[in-house]
Amino acid sequence: MTENKKLRIGWFTFSCCEDSTIIFTELMNEHWEEWKRVLDVRHARVLQTRNVLDELDVAFIEGALATQEHIDKVKEIRSKSKKVVAIGACAVMGLPSAQRNQFDAKRLEEIQPLLARFSHLPKVLKLSDAITVDVAIPGCPMSEKNFMDALAGLLKEFNIV
Amino acid sequence: MHQVDLSLTKEITKVEGSATLDVIVKKGKVEKCTFGITEFKRFYTQAMRGKPYKTLPSLLARICGTCSNAHLLCSIEACEHALGITPSPQSMVMKKLTMNGLNIRDHALHLYLFALPDMYGKDSFLEFDEKDEEQHQILHDAFEIKAAGNYLSIIIAGRGVHAMYPGIGGFMKVPTPEEVTEAIKKLEHARPAVLRTIELFRKSINTFDRQTHFMALVANPFSYLDGHIISDDGDYINEKDYRDHLEHVVIPYSQASGYTFKGRSFMVGSLARINLSKDTLHDNTKKDATLALSLFPSTNIYHNNLAQAIEILHSFDQSIDLLPSQKFVKEELAKPTKAEGIGIGVVEAPRGTLYHKVTIDRAGKVVEGDIIVPTGQNQINIEVDLKRLIEKMLPENPSEDVLQLELEKLIRAYDPCMSCASHFLTVRISEAQK
Repeated sequence: MTENKKLRIGWFTFSCCEDSTIIFTELMNEHWEEWKRVLDVRHARVLQTRNVLDELDVAFIEGALATQEHIDKVKEIRSKSKKVVAIGACAVMGLPSAQRNQFDAKRLEEIQPLLARFSHLPKVLKLSDAITVDVAIPGCPMSEKNFMDALAGLLKEFNIV
Repeated sequence: MHQVDLSLTKEITKVEGSATLDVIVKKGKVEKCTFGITEFKRFYTQAMRGKPYKTLPSLLARICGTCSNAHLLCSIEACEHALGITPSPQSMVMKKLTMNGLNIRDHALHLYLFALPDMYGKDSFLEFDEKDEEQHQILHDAFEIKAAGNYLSIIIAGRGVHAMYPGIGGFMKVPTPEEVTEAIKKLEHARPAVLRTIELFRKSINTFDRQTHFMALVANPFSYLDGHIISDDGDYINEKDYRDHLEHVVIPYSQASGYTFKGRSFMVGSLARINLSKDTLHDNTKKDATLALSLFPSTNIYHNNLAQAIEILHSFDQSIDLLPSQKFVKEELAKPTKAEGIGIGVVEAPRGTLYHKVTIDRAGKVVEGDIIVPTGQNQINIEVDLKRLIEKMLPENPSEDVLQLELEKLIRAYDPCMSCASHFLTVRISEAQK
């Protein structure tokens, strides 16, 4: 065990309500002192301005993919991360962000101008439609216990604790 | 006269979600400044149609993670109004406690994780130094306050985010006496931390003064759920007129491309609420926040932060009173008295007045609905203020980093929620066109 080695992480959000981000900041209430010691937060828009996307041990990714830019970005994150964890229902299953995939013809016609104007994908994708996902933590929001278990496993795997 | 051209593209951080700001500065003059909420929409307005009304509140809570319990209660209220359902006095107390838990948790997230790093020249709240006495205290205060609010939300509503217990006509589960005692203990223990938070923001020197109008749901005693909608220049809307107000005032305003409604712009949120109803706050809040409250009414947008800190104290004090006031006995859900109808829900979400409208048919299906979020109402003010701020700063020839930081600070003071209003906020100050 190396004294100062920290887990290099990023927390990313795509199309969703960011409920799991809120759960993450609530888990911090109990765990912030430990996390300050063991986590090197390289990228997390919710926490900081100076974000870098370099080599990550673990990328936590919340949300579904709604545009080609999302796909490009998530592929870049994947290429720079040793492990990818899908966080919450939208990342793991697509829903509810992907609810328009099931719309009837009338509703699709109604939203078509907006889809075109903002260059949406024809269908909203779950994370594993675009990249390989190593760990999935479903739930809307994510289960706190599953997240803490997964984090503990990753800290061990990367020889941090 | 400086002849500045600017080109900058950067993602705005420490806000809830994102939108786009397009600024063109050419030869020292702001040629374009649009704060566009360009969401990758998730189409809840379309998705709600045809759903059984009982599933609606939990669906619409998914519009936003951080404001989720406000959407939940607003949708419940809209459905209750549509079908003539009157919740019990105990349910009303539990709704108030749910809103208090939400406001404590959400305001503390904004104040500590988003706004405070700016005041201390830090990038992230986690960079605060535990070895420094003051910063050590701030770190511990922040997480203690958040935890107390989160615990209150959990025992009353089931969860701080996407709560499971509040339903149409009542709550599915009530807290145990032990949980109630524990919640009071946590709130009482964390109360001195809230007073320190108020002092931190009272002493903040950030100023951006602007004349605007304020609108909020106002009641006596202070409430996030009941009352009338009033504004500082004389609007007074009764509950029976909410629908007309929503359809003829709020919706056209929120979709306006101009900067004013009836020749004026308005702001919603904590600053509006404290400006309009500081006299109705809990007595203990008024007693212990006297100095801070003397600064209101205020037109300094940064006082929105201070107003949030004061609301945290009120939410603590009211909850400490309300928790022992009930036995919390499991009740039957209140029944509909109508088979169909149109209902409006109005609540004060952390960021301001939130409206839900729903039409329910005889089969119990949602025919249609509308949702108007606070950030949509504040968007126009934010945009106007950003332009003024750039104009004010340009003669000082600021670096792009300084300009960026000041713009972000002002945006953060408004505490916009883009998960509600949109997604993917980037500041893009385009290169001046030659």
